[in-house]
Amino acid sequence: MSERNITTIHSTPRSIKSLLIAVLAFVMLSTAFDEIAQAAEHYKTVSVADPYLEMRTGPGRGYPKFYAVDRGESVEIIKRRTDWFLVRADNGKEGWVDRAQMELTLQSDGSETSFANATQEDFTNARWETGLLAGDFGGANIVSLYGGYSLNPNVAIEVWGSQILGNFSNGWMGSVNVVHETWPDWRISPFFTLGGGVIHTSPKSTIVQGQDRTDQVAHVGVGFRVYATRRFIMRAEYKSYVVFTSRDDNEEVEEWKVGFAFFF
Amino acid sequence: MESRFRVLFLALPIVMFGLSGCSATKNFFGRGDKSAPPPAEIDEQVIDPEVDRREIKEPKIDSENFEIGAFAGILSIEDFGSDLVYGVRLAYHVTEGFFVEGTVGKSQAGLTSFEILSGGAPILSDSERDFLYYNLNVGYNILPGEAFIGEARAYNTGLYIVAGLGSTRFAGDDRFTVNFGAGYRFVMTDSIAFHMDFRDHLYDIDILGEEKTAHNLEATLGISLFF
Repeated sequence: MSERNITTIHSTPRSIKSLLIAVLAFVMLSTAFDEIAQAAEHYKTVSVADPYLEMRTGPGRGYPKFYAVDRGESVEIIKRRTDWFLVRADNGKEGWVDRAQMELTLQSDGSETSFANATQEDFTNARWETGLLAGDFGGANIVSLYGGYSLNPNVAIEVWGSQILGNFSNGWMGSVNVVHETWPDWRISPFFTLGGGVIHTSPKSTIVQGQDRTDQVAHVGVGFRVYATRRFIMRAEYKSYVVFTSRDDNEEVEEWKVGFAFFF
Repeated sequence: MESRFRVLFLALPIVMFGLSGCSATKNFFGRGDKSAPPPAEIDEQVIDPEVDRREIKEPKIDSENFEIGAFAGILSIEDFGSDLVYGVRLAYHVTEGFFVEGTVGKSQAGLTSFEILSGGAPILSDSERDFLYYNLNVGYNILPGEAFIGEARAYNTGLYIVAGLGSTRFAGDDRFTVNFGAGYRFVMTDSIAFHMDFRDHLYDIDILGEEKTAHNLEATLGISLFF
């Protein structure tokens, strides 16, 4: 019984740690996106320049149009959700308007209205990127979070944290790598990568033999990033790892992963 | 191809200028005084157009694409009975259809039927019965709509489907976990929503002899805040 307790004392902090990493990544994501929103300049009221501005009951294409604001009247922008804006008319009516219609309005000084909208050009030039990939790591399952910083459109540095979940052992891996994109302006942009890090493996509790190990790893890889929509990227990659074990032979592991990412 | 045309185009005035500058051909072209401008000037015009760039003002608008929430409900852990589950959820709405979310949940496994009937030694220690999971999912708002309460009130609702993967810490090990399910969102105000979620968490487990895929069904109620 006491043996069991010892096992769990060792194992609990590890699970908490992986959870914390996941939560932390999301918190970082949210602050980053918030900063983008804050970066834009302030104004709230626009006037309708088109014959009318249609208000819907919800932020989506299918919601019914229930009110139209006439040309010349102004609306106050309350909030934005994805490509929909909640606006309030002079008479107090509130409804959701899509971005295309909002861009046909005029600002108080008479100039045209334009809203921040990520495009494929931002996909090429954005500095920061973060994402989640999952796949196969030498027969085990792997879940990875990464953050990347682009030095220029072609070269980026990435930091990865992965959890490896296998039949016989579990573990985690941390690595840093350099990514080179040859054609960053393509919608489907191939890249190759080179990096290194550490891998920690521990046998599962049902395995009698074996002990925890921490080894260094190096890897090369190829893959591609696909611009999907807004700030959304799909990403797939193959990496070949060499694990520098303390035994006579080094271990080679192949990894396939697919997932999604955001740039900002 | 385009650059070749440009070279030819630029070469033409040079030739013209050269020829017109030459006294022998001055009258041949009949326009000796109005010689073509040197190519350098043309280049200058093409490269440096003195056009005023209109400043596009970007509005600062409260963007509410994130949704944070808490949930509680019942999780049926295969072979180990059903128990209370609770957790937190963070979602980012990418488009009006797609969103990504991360969920962390906690529960505790009960006794297996064998443990209850035999009255013998427990299979797992108390702390090994702690059930802790995280998952990262992609979701899609498949059926957005409206719900009516009485004649005067209409609320936005949505049926969404989610699928994703993560890890479950249970019985002394981390287990790769796939989860999928569906949920119903009832948007109370523009910022607050109620959720009803059904998920299935699948992982492979071998603590009861043979390895098998366990289905852990979860039903929860939750509340979330857009920010």
